Amino acid sequence: MSTASKVTSRDAILGRIRKSLGRATGETAPSSVTERLASPKANPVVPKRAQIAPDQQVELFEKMATNVNATVGMVVSDGDIPREIARFLAEHNLPARIKISPDSAVSSLPWSDTALEVSTGIAGAEDVVSVTPSFAGVAETGSLMLRSGADTPYTLNMLPDTHIAVLRVSDVVGTYEDVWARLREKEGHGNMPRAFLWVTGPSRTGDIEQTIQLGAHGPRRLHIVLVDDTKENK
Amino acid sequence: MNVSTSPKFKENVHDALRDESLQRALGRLKSGFQVNRANAISKMPEFEALRDQARDIKNHTLENLDHYLLKFEENVKANGGHVHWCADAAEAREVVAKICRDKDAKSVLKGKSMISEEIGLNDFLEKQDLKVVETDLGEYIIQLRHEPPSHIIAPAIHVHKEQVAESFRETHKGRDPNRSLVEPRELLDEARDVMREHFFAADVGITGANFLIAETGSSVIVTNEGNGDLTQTLSRVHIAIASLEKVVPTLEDASSILRVLARSATGQEMSSYTTFSTGPRRSDDLDGPEEYHVILLDNGRSNMLGTEFQDMLRCIRCAACMNHCPVYGAVGGHAYGWVYPGPMGSVLSPSLIGVDEAGHLPNASTFCGKCEEVCPMRIPLPKMMRHWREREFEKHLSPASFRYGIKTWAFFASKPKLYRTVTGIASKVLSKMSRGKGRIAKLPLAGGWTDMRDFPAPEGKTFKQLWAEKQSGKGGSK
Repeated sequence: MSTASKVTSRDAILGRIRKSLGRATGETAPSSVTERLASPKANPVVPKRAQIAPDQQVELFEKMATNVNATVGMVVSDGDIPREIARFLAEHNLPARIKISPDSAVSSLPWSDTALEVSTGIAGAEDVVSVTPSFAGVAETGSLMLRSGADTPYTLNMLPDTHIAVLRVSDVVGTYEDVWARLREKEGHGNMPRAFLWVTGPSRTGDIEQTIQLGAHGPRRLHIVLVDDTKENK
Repeated sequence: MNVSTSPKFKENVHDALRDESLQRALGRLKSGFQVNRANAISKMPEFEALRDQARDIKNHTLENLDHYLLKFEENVKANGGHVHWCADAAEAREVVAKICRDKDAKSVLKGKSMISEEIGLNDFLEKQDLKVVETDLGEYIIQLRHEPPSHIIAPAIHVHKEQVAESFRETHKGRDPNRSLVEPRELLDEARDVMREHFFAADVGITGANFLIAETGSSVIVTNEGNGDLTQTLSRVHIAIASLEKVVPTLEDASSILRVLARSATGQEMSSYTTFSTGPRRSDDLDGPEEYHVILLDNGRSNMLGTEFQDMLRCIRCAACMNHCPVYGAVGGHAYGWVYPGPMGSVLSPSLIGVDEAGHLPNASTFCGKCEEVCPMRIPLPKMMRHWREREFEKHLSPASFRYGIKTWAFFASKPKLYRTVTGIASKVLSKMSRGKGRIAKLPLAGGWTDMRDFPAPEGKTFKQLWAEKQSGKGGSK
């Protein structure tokens, strides 16, 4: 396929769209379009269930995440995270060997307090347990928000059998709209990480006789370590 | 494009109704999708308002489709990706094949994509000596069975676990022939294990897209298994194939529609994974594809804009319409004969492959209205099926006997006096034919009815006559 014919298809398609919509070629976008793109607004209708005080949002997050088969462990300081993870792995009879994100939110934790064997980097076939930080948690559906980046390789979220995500209470928000506002604030408007992932419970399938099974191709287990950094600061 | 058997719809229906195995599988629709959707919606008091909001977002987008597509293209390019505008199925297949050739690819992994089915991509790539593997469990099962999907979100809904086990034993060589493959868990574990090897060996990963975001140049996939994520992350090249109408303006707009998608589809509050992909791996990223391509497919959609079928372009492929359709529930997806079954297919297929080919499908409706009632995007599906019926009639595509019958009826019906006389005679004759039994077992010219069941005989008087009697009786008693 030559470049020239691709240009033709592009023009032909745009031409047909304009003709169907009764618009002339080269017509500029109306303000309803340019404004929507330039300053995206939160939707007028969002679930009321998530429009609550921050501490209630954390409660709702926990409840919703648990409803979709995630487990949640609460700790009161960063220093407690490695011990909570070691406890979780022992309780479920899982290997004491973890692959973690290079991100300092997890790589600088006091892992030597535990007997866990820790390595850093992307996930490979041999990695059974991963530990990653989270960009945010959304209360309305108990969803984790994870972003790819130099310190947060994407494969850790998806390849290992068990995914453990560390989430700060101060990063729990009510709705998806709240997440986008935060992301724009951090990255600048229009800038997205290569991958931005919403995780709502572990991997599942209903493809065999509509029977729900956990652990299709992604993680079989999702454990969320909630760190109550709001109390720590007080 | 995929070859359709839609012209044989009636034969397909006969076969489907007699297929015991299929009927057993279809029985699961009510206890599964229907109940789960109802539960999810009962927990969301704003659901009706969310449907309005979703409809309005798509309407605004369709009215400005050219502007949003251009913005999307601009942002994909700004993030280092490529956009390929494809007018039809043949062009889309060729573009995908060329990307594979350019990267010297041997293996192609697929995330679930209905557009891929629409353009018949797998067969085409296989003919180019590429190894193509579907990664969604349902798609993988039907790929092994050499079948098309029978449902747009549960492609193997017609397959029983014993049949899955049979396919796995045939395909997965080198495993213990005496292994147990009875429980769904055992089948899933084996599929997971097999698929891992494919994931690590993939050159090109092809996914569909639930949304394209103009604001950021992102493609979005929604999955429960995580297969799409592994497909697009572990492959050297990610190709997202999407039709034009998948574009929405902003991240907020996609989020709003996502609130009605999973609830309407599987009855989940949110699917397990919703992934926003933007461009290829960044310079400091440790993983992700080296190249990112988006195929923007038209294939007839631009011609639907500005017509009575424009609303159909709001469809988000949740499958609620087929999950609640009595016709789909009776015959399943394969009977419809082309890629999109159920009410959404009955409206969309004639637009994409022509009313000559798919003209029977808009008749596959009892007009119960359930599809429109459950559609999260408020698409008036029954109304659009009626539009197609009118067109089919205008194009003289319905059988001559049917057209002649309607014309004859119209001749009498437009002449009230004559109509009353003729129906009065007919009513008496039919009443006599039933010999007082109230039913007729055989009726000339009505074999289509009486072969299967008796024809209820009229009482001997027409409605008009009965009404006149009733009125005069009333008048008398007063």
